[in-house]
Amino acid sequence: MSQQLLVGVFAGEEDILAATGQARRRGHAIVDTFTPYAVHGLDRAQGLPASRLPWVCFLCGLIGGGAMLAFMFWVSAADWPINVGGKPFNSLPAFVPVWFEVTVLCAGLGSVAALLLRCGLLPGRSPRVYAAGVTDDRFVLVLRADTAGVEVKEMRRLLEDHHAVEIRETTSEEEA
Amino acid sequence: MVSPTAARPAHANADHAPPHAPVSLRAPLVEGDRDCHAVTEDVCRGLEGRPTGLWWGALFASGALLLLGTVAVIYQVRVGIGTWGLNRTVGWAFDITNFVFWIGIGHAGTLISAVLFLFRQRWRTAVNRSAEAMTLFAVACAGIFPLIHMGRPWLAFWVFPYPNTRGPLWVNFRSPLLWDVFAISTYFTISLVFWYIGLIPDLATLRDRARTKARRAFFGLLSLGWNGSNRTWVRYETVYLLLAGLATPLVISVHTIVSMDFATSVIPGWHTTIFPPYFVAGAIFSGMAMVLTIMLAARRLMRFENYITAGHIDSMCKIILAMSCIVGLAYGTEFFVAWYSGNEYERFAFRNRAFGPMGWSYWVMVGCNVVAPQILWFRSMRRCIPVVFVLTLAINVGMWFERFVIIATSLQRDFLPSSWADYRPTLVELATLAGSFGLFFTLFLLFCRVLPMICMSEVKGVLSYGRSTHGEKE
Repeated sequence: MSQQLLVGVFAGEEDILAATGQARRRGHAIVDTFTPYAVHGLDRAQGLPASRLPWVCFLCGLIGGGAMLAFMFWVSAADWPINVGGKPFNSLPAFVPVWFEVTVLCAGLGSVAALLLRCGLLPGRSPRVYAAGVTDDRFVLVLRADTAGVEVKEMRRLLEDHHAVEIRETTSEEEA
Repeated sequence: MVSPTAARPAHANADHAPPHAPVSLRAPLVEGDRDCHAVTEDVCRGLEGRPTGLWWGALFASGALLLLGTVAVIYQVRVGIGTWGLNRTVGWAFDITNFVFWIGIGHAGTLISAVLFLFRQRWRTAVNRSAEAMTLFAVACAGIFPLIHMGRPWLAFWVFPYPNTRGPLWVNFRSPLLWDVFAISTYFTISLVFWYIGLIPDLATLRDRARTKARRAFFGLLSLGWNGSNRTWVRYETVYLLLAGLATPLVISVHTIVSMDFATSVIPGWHTTIFPPYFVAGAIFSGMAMVLTIMLAARRLMRFENYITAGHIDSMCKIILAMSCIVGLAYGTEFFVAWYSGNEYERFAFRNRAFGPMGWSYWVMVGCNVVAPQILWFRSMRRCIPVVFVLTLAINVGMWFERFVIIATSLQRDFLPSSWADYRPTLVELATLAGSFGLFFTLFLLFCRVLPMICMSEVKGVLSYGRSTHGEKE
């Protein structure tokens, strides 16, 4: 379904922070914001929830590390026990370094894979860029404008009040 | 901490600020009044124009070294490692020295990108990208040495536990050499991922300003459709923090495990509990020195003086000084413990280290690593670029000798005088060492031309630092 969108382009971090905060307070539907760098506080202004990716990281580390530890016990004590210098087969302290490394490896790779999948960052994806320069020095606020005409006017004024350098209306289909 | 007024840059906005606004007490991280677009231009300029003659010259020189090293490696793999100067007593020397040296160099990248990130040292933004790249290249150089040391590198995959037709006969998980396999391959993988994740926003910048179709396709493929969405930024920052948290203990574990290759043996001079912290401090020390060597050269060649400022060099010098003192303390502690232990063999190993046939290498090490860096107590020296450059070269030499001293002098005089032997590197070994430097610098030069050396998306975030009160709230 096509959506009417209102795109405001800003030149400064303070402008987009203030505009986004006000748009949210006024109850306008914010599609997303686009910035050349991570603007701190913008997630709060936009009302984004905290990411759940730390849980993915934790679970991947737990599963990967646990599996590796179990594998080392199985290899060293069950499948083919070899007497190395009279040490016990179940030598847990000697397994700690590899256990740790594999935990870190699985946690790191797992959380990065989750990030890429969750954000749809995949090779060959063509980016949906709302304004030229968004990866350079432009800050973009995209609002949903398919409500009554009065509200769109109000949104335009909000963007103008916060020194938007460019305002345009578009639809989600055009941008896809 | 309030710095003396002389340290305040002229444009530290005291004059323009309204009377009620608090005055910024910190110097800006980026000099020369750059805005976001100027940062993009400055960083991308070097990638989009034609390479300079100096770059070609450097590439030619490092390529020649790489070729020399390649020939040496092919020769020693064909003939066997009998082409090295090793003997039955000194079974490890140049190869393992080079391995530990390069792994140590590789520690600064993750230290700068992860540890300084967790400590909220915002000056790291200008140097983290190239330090991380340096880590990857150094670990790649390090990996070559155990590989060729195996003698039959085509069977190197035997170090991994995979189901095989020999039983399956598994690897020995109690061996520190196997821990090394896991530590270094994990370190390389996580560093690569960390580096690539950090690159994605900048790759998108390059994609969006690409003029040719080929460039757009190349950077389009690598940037994974990044469009700067804040939803993505929030998750991205979360994962970046997670990776930093994971990489910090990882970087400590890697050199700890490398040190255990030695510490778990019974050779006097190796069998000490001080090795893990001593090796980690040494690794950070040598890595920082190498980062500075390369940064000082790159800053000049790529005209990054506004980004890699005297303040950056000063901060890195302070880390180097701290590490130098820790390493010096470790050298002293080793001697004290050798004496205090009352163990005859231990005492002899250390007497031999400093005054034996290769005692000169011990004093090169002490001179370069402990004595020379003491000039960094002086602020004027920390900010004098030629002095710092020469000093970092000296530290690189000193840290190479540290590993050589630990490995070769401990082995050459073991328990039985009848098995004492001496070691002398052959030309093949010297060519391999030169080749590893060739590989390192060739990769680094190619990196400078293809990918942005400075992390634009992070530098843009700290532009306001020290210019208004905004940047200091966090």
